[in-house]
Amino acid sequence: MSKSATPTAVRRWKRPEFVGLGALVGAGALLTAIGARWVTGPVALLALALVFASVVWLIFTAVIGGPDARRRIAPYGLLKPGALWLALFYLAPLVTLLRLSLSTLPSRFAVDADFDWNFGNYRRAFADFDAQFGRAFLYAGVATVLTILIGYPLAYVIAFRGGRYRTLMLGLVVVPFFTSYLIRTIAWRSLLADTGWVVQMLDFVKLSGLFEGVGIMDNGRILQTPAAVIGGLTYNFLPFMILPIYVSLEKVDPGLVDAAQDLYSTSAGAFRKIVVPLSLPGVFAGTLLTFIPAAGDFVNAFYLGSPSTTMIGNSIQDQFLVQNNVPLASAMSFVLMAIITILVLIYSRFFGTEDLA
Amino acid sequence: MSAPTSVRGSIAKWSLNVFAVLALMYLFVPIVWIVAFSFNQPRGNYNVQWQEFTLRNWKDPFADESLTNAFVESLKIASISTVIATVLGSLMAVALVRYKFRGSATLNFFLILPLTTPEIVLGSSLATLFLDWDITRGFATVVIAHIMFQVSFVALTVRARVRGFDWTLEQAAQDLGASPMRTFWKVTFPLILPGILAAALLSFALSLDDFIITLFNAGSLNTFPLYINGSFRVRFPPQVNVLASAVLFASVALMAAGTAIGFRKDRPSA
Repeated sequence: MSKSATPTAVRRWKRPEFVGLGALVGAGALLTAIGARWVTGPVALLALALVFASVVWLIFTAVIGGPDARRRIAPYGLLKPGALWLALFYLAPLVTLLRLSLSTLPSRFAVDADFDWNFGNYRRAFADFDAQFGRAFLYAGVATVLTILIGYPLAYVIAFRGGRYRTLMLGLVVVPFFTSYLIRTIAWRSLLADTGWVVQMLDFVKLSGLFEGVGIMDNGRILQTPAAVIGGLTYNFLPFMILPIYVSLEKVDPGLVDAAQDLYSTSAGAFRKIVVPLSLPGVFAGTLLTFIPAAGDFVNAFYLGSPSTTMIGNSIQDQFLVQNNVPLASAMSFVLMAIITILVLIYSRFFGTEDLA
Repeated sequence: MSAPTSVRGSIAKWSLNVFAVLALMYLFVPIVWIVAFSFNQPRGNYNVQWQEFTLRNWKDPFADESLTNAFVESLKIASISTVIATVLGSLMAVALVRYKFRGSATLNFFLILPLTTPEIVLGSSLATLFLDWDITRGFATVVIAHIMFQVSFVALTVRARVRGFDWTLEQAAQDLGASPMRTFWKVTFPLILPGILAAALLSFALSLDDFIITLFNAGSLNTFPLYINGSFRVRFPPQVNVLASAVLFASVALMAAGTAIGFRKDRPSA
């Protein structure tokens, strides 16, 4: 190692994959900086020229490098267009969002905010909207648990008992989601309305009392209660729970269950000790795919809830698009993302798997 | 699995099956409502109370001019963004599955990030970017936004589909004297095409359906969901149900056709 250090270093520098990776990461970082306007004016032009040069460099290396170099540089070339798009329109906006969240509007009607490390937006986000944050995570959490309770048995039946109807059943899970999310929620609004089918049916079978008792109904109403909002979230994100659980259950070898039973395990024991642990990656992925969008959702709370069931999404939307207080809305978005990230990190420490997608 | 031997076991088995059927029916409750109310003749501006059966709405699906315009805008946006996102995303997927390379784990993680960011954060952050650049939000900004979330989606969907692909087939083609270009178009591309088409169909549906991200980046532009939301205070015409049902039927037909073709292709080799 010590003797050959210099030659290795030289060869390493000439390795095409380092050209590829360097050009990809460098161009991505530069484009993020340009997009977020960290660099402006002539420096930005220079940075843009560097991004362009990295593309040319990549193509150049591929052309003169011969088949071996081409094979090694190919993945970076294939990734580049998509990665640069995400750098410019995913990463750069997050940086801009962070900067705006620390800015001040010079007056109530001003459009352009001045960046001045104003942490007041964050203070307001926590102080004035703690109830909305609380409801967002509470509703999203309850909805996620409900999607597991409904989705797991369904995914289990499709995976182990679907037989030749498996493809059909999977299709049936996906089909409802080819109609607009918004229209489906409006459909629930009409179904749950005071004169809608659900309330009428519950009255008819005399179950309204029971539903009042467990807190789903409130004075004969379902619409505009927390239960309606949670029900809407549960419905809308259910497939995002079913599909990942199905994918992980499908991989379980039924022979393992048979083997456990041959070794005198009960069916329940085999399920608990074999099927459940092997399906946890699916539950993990489904939880993320359900909880994260549900926590930021405002459509269900708007159409199915009342002013006392608003979630943080409603407040962000209101501050951003109605009140035009973009700095405050940015701070709220950032806090939402930070809390979600922390929750996901904690959660993945307990249930985490590498295989997310 | 071995057959349950006890009565208790078979009751448990059957109640689970019944639960699964009920859960599937639950998924279709609002769908039934949407399709049923496309045949309703509403009194007034709101199509939310059942009055009487009519075929009038289906005979004249484009009766509501502003709704039709919004629907056409949505179709245009979805077509453009899906084509671009499918190309970008598929290239990324091939790179991630086909090659082992430095940094692939990090790039994989980076690709998942947009899908695990709440839509409201994606929408509002992109809107702050356009505000910062002094770009008027409209058609182009919505297309850009849709491509952004579709790229990740296409890349991950195609990646999942081509994971099991036997890459030695490429080797075989080249051993038999095919050029790399010819190998790609004759061997690789036909094999990954079904995965790409499925991902494109799903991401087209995602774009057509998107409300939250679009709301933040549309400016004065009206898309199908934005128009429904914007006019909901004053009206909800039955044509909304007709167009939504038409999209649903078209997607189901495409999916069924895709599955049928897939079966026919699988059969000889199986």
